[in-house]
Amino acid sequence: MTETPVSKPGQTEVWITGIGLATSLGEGLDANWAALQDKRINVDENGFAPYVVHPLMPVSFDSQIPKKGDQRQMEAWQRIGTYAAGLALDSAGIKGNKDILSKIDMVVAAGGGERDLNVDTGVLTAEAKGANAPGFLNERLMSDLRPTLFLAQLSNLLAGNIAIVHGLGGTSRTFMGEEVAGADAARIALARIASGESDIALVGGSHNGERKDLLVLYEFGDFNLKDKFAPVWARKERAGFALGSAGAFLVLESKAHAEARGAKPFARLASVVADLARRKQPGEMAATLEKLWAQLPKREGKGAIITGATGAEPATSEERGFLKRHTDFPVRSTGTMFGHTMETQFPLGLALAALSISRGALFPPNDSTGTEIEMQGAPTQIVVVGAGHWRGEGMALVEAVS
Amino acid sequence: MTAPRDKLGRPVVVVTGMGIMTSLGAGKADNWSKLVAGESGIRTITRFPVDGLRTTMAGTVDFVSVDPFSSTALSERMAELVTQEALDQAGIGAKGDFPGPLFLAVAPVEVEWPQRRELGRVVGKLDFNYDDLLRISGGGKFTAYHHRFMFGSVAAHLAEAFGTKGSPISLSTACASGATSIQLGVEAIRRGETDAALCVATDGTVNPEALVRFSLLSALSTQNEPPQAASRPFSKNRDGFVMAEGAGALVLESYEAATARGAKILGVIAGCGELTDSFHRTRSSPDGKPIIGCMKKTLADAGMEPGQIDHINAHGTATPENDKMEFNTTSAVFGELVQKIPVTSNKSMVGHTISAAGAVEAIFSLLTLEHQRIPPTINYETPDPTILFDVVANTARDARVTAVMSNSFGFGGQNASLILTREPA
Repeated sequence: MTETPVSKPGQTEVWITGIGLATSLGEGLDANWAALQDKRINVDENGFAPYVVHPLMPVSFDSQIPKKGDQRQMEAWQRIGTYAAGLALDSAGIKGNKDILSKIDMVVAAGGGERDLNVDTGVLTAEAKGANAPGFLNERLMSDLRPTLFLAQLSNLLAGNIAIVHGLGGTSRTFMGEEVAGADAARIALARIASGESDIALVGGSHNGERKDLLVLYEFGDFNLKDKFAPVWARKERAGFALGSAGAFLVLESKAHAEARGAKPFARLASVVADLARRKQPGEMAATLEKLWAQLPKREGKGAIITGATGAEPATSEERGFLKRHTDFPVRSTGTMFGHTMETQFPLGLALAALSISRGALFPPNDSTGTEIEMQGAPTQIVVVGAGHWRGEGMALVEAVS
Repeated sequence: MTAPRDKLGRPVVVVTGMGIMTSLGAGKADNWSKLVAGESGIRTITRFPVDGLRTTMAGTVDFVSVDPFSSTALSERMAELVTQEALDQAGIGAKGDFPGPLFLAVAPVEVEWPQRRELGRVVGKLDFNYDDLLRISGGGKFTAYHHRFMFGSVAAHLAEAFGTKGSPISLSTACASGATSIQLGVEAIRRGETDAALCVATDGTVNPEALVRFSLLSALSTQNEPPQAASRPFSKNRDGFVMAEGAGALVLESYEAATARGAKILGVIAGCGELTDSFHRTRSSPDGKPIIGCMKKTLADAGMEPGQIDHINAHGTATPENDKMEFNTTSAVFGELVQKIPVTSNKSMVGHTISAAGAVEAIFSLLTLEHQRIPPTINYETPDPTILFDVVANTARDARVTAVMSNSFGFGGQNASLILTREPA
């Protein structure tokens, strides 16, 4: 037994009944869909130069987070996520529905909040200038850190804020671990609903890519895309990812629960699988993707692949090798269109898969290398791929509800 | 033999291996002997200067060394040690080949001050900003920092070292994280996805900024002298929790799988429950309904009545609000029994091990069941007259214990409870 378990056939069917998106392309399903159709990319090559980022398309946070006090208690990543979560609840038609919200199970994929850059550089420059008293760092942190900043940084406080702002009173779990945390969040939520442990769940994540402290973290590994934007597949000579800002949340629901309240599905979430390739030898990651592919239910419909490939190497080349074995599936890269949103990339892929199925078309390719090809007709099965820039591989199958 | 199922028809989940580390020491034997002797692991911090801090003590794990030091590296090393202890006891799988998934409760990861200071030194200027830090971060000098400060790094390391299967999950539900890691393992076994799960919780985050953060939220005790007397759960003069480090690991198995391989069963995870509080980021709903609901869900999950619980291992942080709220909510669930059920807080001795606490205290609860002896709540000299628990005051108490409820409540409205029993119900 080596693979992560797959929910068994014959178990409860799970539908995607709500989608909330706030991204660099816009807020809501129509705006994101229109931008994808127009192949519009919102990329900033100057604000963080030489680093390239996909900034959030400004939104009016008031519409989903009415209390200014709540907004002040959050850093940007939490505001984006709380906003997108509200959109997902709206989309599912359960916003303000106390009966449902009091039992909804939340599984959130989260990183952490941004640091106070002025405090950090204030300490470091003072030390460079000779401040070396033993308690110097303590005193500066005690006097300079905003007392509630900690809560805006804590990983599980994205879920906490969603619960407070939208009145969620079921359960709440936060998974960490970069890209694959998003896949694991969906995997666990799906398994819980499929087995009858849960009826309905809110799953997703959010990310603020406009952060210098994050750029530092990824620069340690030379992972940041520099100087000029290029589609993910065209970065082989200049590898890297452009951090993106986005919140993506889904409402997952058992078919019976959805039907009982008259909710319509965007699509069915048939399966989510994940694994951890060792990635010590070339080919290990591609082999793990192949193994996950084999674990998904049979693909018999009109299929496509939506991948969160990062553009970082060697992961993206490994994934390209995997994709080359499945060229009958048209591919789309969310990294090209939205940037790399880390924990949020997999939920974003799920959202776009469900949206494409419900709109009867895959969004057009945006790629100069030929990796992405046109697709005619309506996709009925979309495989979502999420391989981390460093570790972790996830995959899901989203299907049309027949 | 038919597979033993619980009252709800699910596989019974048992514990076959445990490993633990706290400021009291390494391993079950050392921790248990000191715990029942009423020893405190809280001491004045020596790891870093405490000048300028309001709180100067903690339950640090100073006997484990990592190099280069970081809180994440210490968390990882402690997790590795307790996992090895748990696997040695369980005797499951083969070396580097654990037959199930890993659920890891771990503190959120971030670049820490020693590393940030190293960046500042490399910049080598008197005045600089983040752009200067950014400019010197790439090029391969700091690749190890990237790997170290990925959120998934500790779980990836453990998964490789112990050969757990599938995608390891790193989770945080704040101070309830340890309980959540156990709950995820229980659920995976109950769903029939696996016969075994490795549930680990670790926290090595006593560092200056973490201490300052809790201090600025007025959550920490400032009764620094003597440090051993700082953590005073249920006392009138309690004034906050004491930060601490530690780790716990549990090997969970289905009863069927454990008995089939002749494993010694250390206890049963009879029930788990969780319920979100959407009242406030750090405070509980004044009516206590989410905590009450959490305890009731856990009883229902175990198929038990309040009268069947004969010991409560309390969250008992020693913050003024927590202990009062915990008594009020426990009263609402247990009625008059609340004054008859012996209650203890391990945090009086080992402090609050934050992300690890739920697992550390589950293990102490299982040891309580094994030894039929309840560890004391020390520093209980001035009882809070409004908290009418039967606190196991200052010295350990022999008692007949068949079922323990262990509670964990955390920032962000996280509430989780476990019920642990000696034998399958």
